[in-house]
Amino acid sequence: MAIQKVCGIETEYGIQVVHGDPNPIAASSVLINAYAHDVARQQTGWDFEDEAPGNDARGFAREDAMPPQVETHLVNTVLTNGARYYVDHAHPEYSTPECGDALECLRYDRAGEVILIRSMEAADLAVHDGSRLVIYKNNSDGKGNSYGAHENYLMDRAAPFTRIVAEITPHFVTRQIFAGAGKVGAETSIHDGRRVDFQLSQRAEFFEEQVGLETTLKRPIVNTRDEPHADPHRYRRLHVIVGDANLAEVATFLKVGTTALVLAMIEDDVSGSRSLVLADPVTAMHDVALDLTFSTPLPMADGSTATALAIQWELFALARKYADDRGLACMGDEAVGEDVLRRWEAVLHGLETDPMSLHRQLDWVAKLQMIEGYRDRHGCNWGDPRLAALDLQYHDLRPARSLFVRMNTERLVDEASVVAAVTEPPRGTRAWFRGQCLKKWPSAVVTANWDSLVFDLGTDPLRRVPMMDPLKGTADHVEELLDACATPTELLDRLSS
Amino acid sequence: MAEREQKKKTTTTERTEEVVEEVPGASATGDKLKAELDDLLDEIDEVLEDNAEEFVRNYVQKGGE
Repeated sequence: MAIQKVCGIETEYGIQVVHGDPNPIAASSVLINAYAHDVARQQTGWDFEDEAPGNDARGFAREDAMPPQVETHLVNTVLTNGARYYVDHAHPEYSTPECGDALECLRYDRAGEVILIRSMEAADLAVHDGSRLVIYKNNSDGKGNSYGAHENYLMDRAAPFTRIVAEITPHFVTRQIFAGAGKVGAETSIHDGRRVDFQLSQRAEFFEEQVGLETTLKRPIVNTRDEPHADPHRYRRLHVIVGDANLAEVATFLKVGTTALVLAMIEDDVSGSRSLVLADPVTAMHDVALDLTFSTPLPMADGSTATALAIQWELFALARKYADDRGLACMGDEAVGEDVLRRWEAVLHGLETDPMSLHRQLDWVAKLQMIEGYRDRHGCNWGDPRLAALDLQYHDLRPARSLFVRMNTERLVDEASVVAAVTEPPRGTRAWFRGQCLKKWPSAVVTANWDSLVFDLGTDPLRRVPMMDPLKGTADHVEELLDACATPTELLDRLSS
Repeated sequence: MAEREQKKKTTTTERTEEVVEEVPGASATGDKLKAELDDLLDEIDEVLEDNAEEFVRNYVQKGGE
């Protein structure tokens, strides 16, 4: 049986300084420090012990590969909800804690937005030079620079990586028809002079390879970073770099939920019966992004063709049958799994019959509806810079400026639970242990990372507590133990006895 | 390739017309949607950055991932 698809999202936010030093690294540091010092009042740093982003899942490294550098000198903090909040290159980045299901992942991704908004407010109070920081949840600057929204899924090490690559690729190429965040125009050279008014995806045009280790150059559809942050003999963490950052909750939920489900099918080897192998996934990815009717025939490896919508319908049918045959325990919560299937079907049906009817569900549709309405009212053509401004401001996180929040999209998680998720960790993964220890003994936990906590008990050398299983250290496992321990010393004594 | 390119352009034009036609639709749902969209566009006119062009031009993000 497929293992539970523990999942999480890392979002690099766009950052802009208005009337001030435009250095994005300095600005990101101000932002995160303002939050850590003034809002969270908690400063446990990140432990880099386990970082190895250069390891390749294929078991080799190409000589010309450029794995990302680990930057240990920039602001890097761990929050009581189990998340990581840090400066990644030139962006503030928030990584959700490990979540037990797609709905929880959505809730913690939304909690990240709240954290960024609170950070902006704190930074405004902390800085007195007349500058202000503006944060965007998007993936490109419209000038050829893209930054990521990466997803992570826990997988069984026993599933062959070659099968994962072959069978997840069609989903990654076509899921943008509901998971794309939409974009006005184009910004890379791949379009060869073709006029592009609007694309389904922010990121699609930046992908140049089917598989590889890079994340910033020659971006691959399937990323091979092999850094499980867990017992490497049992687990793999599939690091997914192909997606857009979503604001619409249904889009985030479906992006994560459908991917988790397809990955579970790959683990159980049930999806290989029908061939969905694309002849040229990279070109298909670009073509799908440009096709607002989902009718472009994509050449398949077997010589036939299929549209993006047809591929999605086929994946849905396989998933429906998989759920009926084997249940949905792999989705963490069976009811969440059923909701993924129900919404997946509804969205595909909507895309087939009346795509604009999905303006409360999908980012690209909401954005396109807004832009078409604006064009109609103001009589502007597609080259009008105001349309690029609308696109950018759709993603602006400032409540007073955000166009997304004015779109009245469907909500799946209530606001109170999102606010709770800003400080409370998920109960069903090891993030619970991490978060609770940080809450209970903030000064004793000197550093933390995904798979360990380091305690300073004041007497002995520093003590590392490994957490090599993402499904252990849950509330069920350790709540009683933590409640019973008055001091971290007591906890460590009990853990080692 | 040329044929496909042509098809896409046609499709984009059709889409635009579709949306425009949909808005003055006589049905109650159509009227409600139009009113909602009008309200939304009023609000957008209010909150869109005044110097939109400059704001977009200055938005440059280098480095990431």
